Amino acid sequence: MPAALTHLDRLEAEAIHIFREVAATFSKPVMLYSVGKDSSVLMHLAMKAFYPAKPPFPFLHVDTTWKFREMIEFRDRMAREKGFELLVHVNEEGVRDGINPFDHGSNTHTHVMKTVALRQALDKYGFDAAFGGARRDEEKSRAKERIFSFRSAGHGWDPKNQRPEMWKIYNTRVAQGESIRVFPLSNWTEQDIWQYILQENIPIVPLYFAARRPVVDRGGMTIMVDDDRMRLQPGEKVEERLVRFRTLGCYPLTGAIPSTAATLEEIVGEMLTARTSERQGRLIDRDEAGSMEKKKREGYF
Amino acid sequence: MLTANTALLREDDDALVDIRDYVAGQENKGLLRFLTCGSVDDGKSTLIGRLLFDTKLIFEDQLAALENDSRKHGTAGDEIDFALLVDGLEAEREQGITIDVAYRFFSTPRRKFIVADTPGHEQYTRNMATGASTADVAIVLVDARQGILPQTRRHSMIASLLGIRHIVLAVNKIDLVSFDEAVFERIAAEYRAFAEELGFTTIQPIPMSARYGDNVIRSSGKTPWYDGPSLLEHLETVDIEAEAEGKPFRFPVQYVSRPNLDFRGFSGTVAAGSIGVGERVTVAKSGKQTRIRRIVTQDGDLDVASEGQAVTLLLEDEVELSRGNMLVTPEARPHVADQFSATLVWFDEKPLLPGRSYILRTETDEVSATVSQLKHRRNINNFAEEAATSLDLNEVGLCNFSTQAPIAFDAFSDNRTTGAFILIDRLTNATVGAGMIQRPLRRAANIHWQALDVTRQSRAELKHQKPAVLWFTGLSGSGKSTIASLLEKKLHAAGRHTYVLDGDNVRHGLNRDLGFTDEDRVENIRRVAETAKLMADAGLIVLVSFISPFRAERRMARELMSEGEFVEVFVDTPFEECARRDPKGLYAKALNGEIQNFTGVDSPYETPERADIHIETTARAPEELVDEIEAWLKERGHC
Repeated sequence: MPAALTHLDRLEAEAIHIFREVAATFSKPVMLYSVGKDSSVLMHLAMKAFYPAKPPFPFLHVDTTWKFREMIEFRDRMAREKGFELLVHVNEEGVRDGINPFDHGSNTHTHVMKTVALRQALDKYGFDAAFGGARRDEEKSRAKERIFSFRSAGHGWDPKNQRPEMWKIYNTRVAQGESIRVFPLSNWTEQDIWQYILQENIPIVPLYFAARRPVVDRGGMTIMVDDDRMRLQPGEKVEERLVRFRTLGCYPLTGAIPSTAATLEEIVGEMLTARTSERQGRLIDRDEAGSMEKKKREGYF
Repeated sequence: MLTANTALLREDDDALVDIRDYVAGQENKGLLRFLTCGSVDDGKSTLIGRLLFDTKLIFEDQLAALENDSRKHGTAGDEIDFALLVDGLEAEREQGITIDVAYRFFSTPRRKFIVADTPGHEQYTRNMATGASTADVAIVLVDARQGILPQTRRHSMIASLLGIRHIVLAVNKIDLVSFDEAVFERIAAEYRAFAEELGFTTIQPIPMSARYGDNVIRSSGKTPWYDGPSLLEHLETVDIEAEAEGKPFRFPVQYVSRPNLDFRGFSGTVAAGSIGVGERVTVAKSGKQTRIRRIVTQDGDLDVASEGQAVTLLLEDEVELSRGNMLVTPEARPHVADQFSATLVWFDEKPLLPGRSYILRTETDEVSATVSQLKHRRNINNFAEEAATSLDLNEVGLCNFSTQAPIAFDAFSDNRTTGAFILIDRLTNATVGAGMIQRPLRRAANIHWQALDVTRQSRAELKHQKPAVLWFTGLSGSGKSTIASLLEKKLHAAGRHTYVLDGDNVRHGLNRDLGFTDEDRVENIRRVAETAKLMADAGLIVLVSFISPFRAERRMARELMSEGEFVEVFVDTPFEECARRDPKGLYAKALNGEIQNFTGVDSPYETPERADIHIETTARAPEELVDEIEAWLKERGHC
């Protein structure tokens, strides 16, 4: 008998099973690729699920135009190296209207450039299933979500009336215009993600590692000055500090943490003693109570 | 993230442990999945919140948010309301109840845990079942002041049906009965008595106060009379490993991988047992044998694949094999049958109707299925078997199933993965039920389809026609029979071979045992559809004149026939006109309340959405309408 499967082996097998289930039962799946660490793990698993073939679906990045520059470089490098089909969608109306996180606030910016943009992209290509890297341990409303999560024709989520999800038997049936969001990492914790990245040596955006970066303190968070669109407010001073990021998003909305962890081992070590959750570094989750559930009902991932 | 684990790390940062060793140690810990269930307000969410809090798994920012929420929505006075840690939906927080299952994660130095916090309200039972379907242990909470309630019984029964073998009976709020041993013993004894026939391997009663933490992670000084383990001690040690061992190899094929002409791989997750390269395997449905050539993963080929691994298998021979089939060990093959009995839990507001066609899904297979017989319903209070004609929301019953094609399966008691299925409504795509297979029915094993030499095609050719089933649907008195009868005359005169199946006439013979309830209407249609199918097979043009009010049954009839053979004719006459014509005087009686379940009056008629032929009788004479139908048939080569 081979050695018993480890916890990560089981999580990996579950995710691969979910990938294959979607490929076998949907006519037009897509993988939402956000370039963050969870997306890196998701991509790694998608490659494993269909080896020696390539994943039979494209990867979609919804670009708000405010992502860290290093994320965009990393994204394009991955697409070249792994050879997957990369689709990039930008809400051009939002760009035309000059929507940005400074003048319009994080809520409006996220709604227009992310949620609406995502709905546009899904409608444009007619995808009937979309993989996302969300985990149940991230946030309370995500803890409630099914692995195969049904969306109405308008991309809405009805959390009070979800389909039962029994065993590993997934109901993959949708009518015209309806779709399913699929979360292969549902049962992973943040710790599992890092330990798996360490075990499998998965490439991630360098922003996760500590380095000296130009930052300002704003609203209780440490914001990196990633380009000259960052407007300084009176009294704000740009400083070089040794920081890294626990999660990645739009740079004006994502807080850095002081850290010296420059290797994967050091990051995992830091994780084991963390006293705050990863979402603390995200401005958009703190805007209002129940804000994640509200965004999700509107079509956010 | 685990402060509970920081003790394992040396304080001195320079001596940062070998993280890789530490991680390897973490990963070799076992995983236990459990759920909390029981009646409303028995403290399920509070218990989980307490477990997370006491095992130090709540981050500082989460705790700050919780304190904030407790002031706003809390039900624990000035104290922290732990339930708000898990009740994550707005509606849940506002109403102070749990609607859907929440999954939480924690670990101790001994095990990793996934907890499903499930709702107590009866209306959300399907969400409790969702959480229970993947759990190894159920914590059944009971409020010490209330004792055992109907929901305690219902959840225990569902846990048992879904294959959970280990129960923790948490007698909660023991502080509110002054830590009274007698109360605890009485509830424990009552539970053991009724759970006797549910077949649990272990039942561990624990007196508990989730709110104050007594006996949650460590033993409480307030219950000196209790010498059993605390909840966490029990969860860390309960033995669940034995269940998976020694089962025959099962590999449901999920996906066929064909990246190039030289590679034909069968991807899937090993459901039970193990298989090695070179070993013999059997294709479940055909009985064909072959051997394993390679076990492929991206990390390199494996020698052996075992339960839980997601792999791609290459076979020695070109055998017919696709999604929905299984590779199995030749020594112990699963059942392959189109008729079997199964316990069914019903999840939908609309009741289960025997005879109605549903989609049945196993892990990878999908077929049309009907309940051919509802043997009995289980009473949730005393578990007695009761006669029933349908199952309502949250009810449980034993049913005989008939599927359109054979499926491969094991008894659920032998294998939770290959013995389970869900039912899906054809129109709404809702998941309406979950089934646990008991056994194949003997008649399926012994009656094989006879392949006959004279084919349907040869029979039709002899008659110089293309068979069809014209399905006339519409309200009573809409003119279905008149038109069908006129059309038959015309076709007959032209030398066509026809037959009219008339709703009223069939009820005098074949269907004389059926009434007009929804269940009987469904069965009525099923029999007529099957009869029409045989007649079409014999080469006839069949004219079925039936109210057939439900879309689901008309769709079922359509799916029974060959492609292009079924022609739905909607005889569209407004209700007022039918009631005015009233050729049999039935509308007068129904409107007077003398007849029950009369279509259009107190029983619904679901209008066809895409009839092949739509005729409006108020605009034109029957003869004209018949000409139109005949022209339609001619165009498509039926006559």
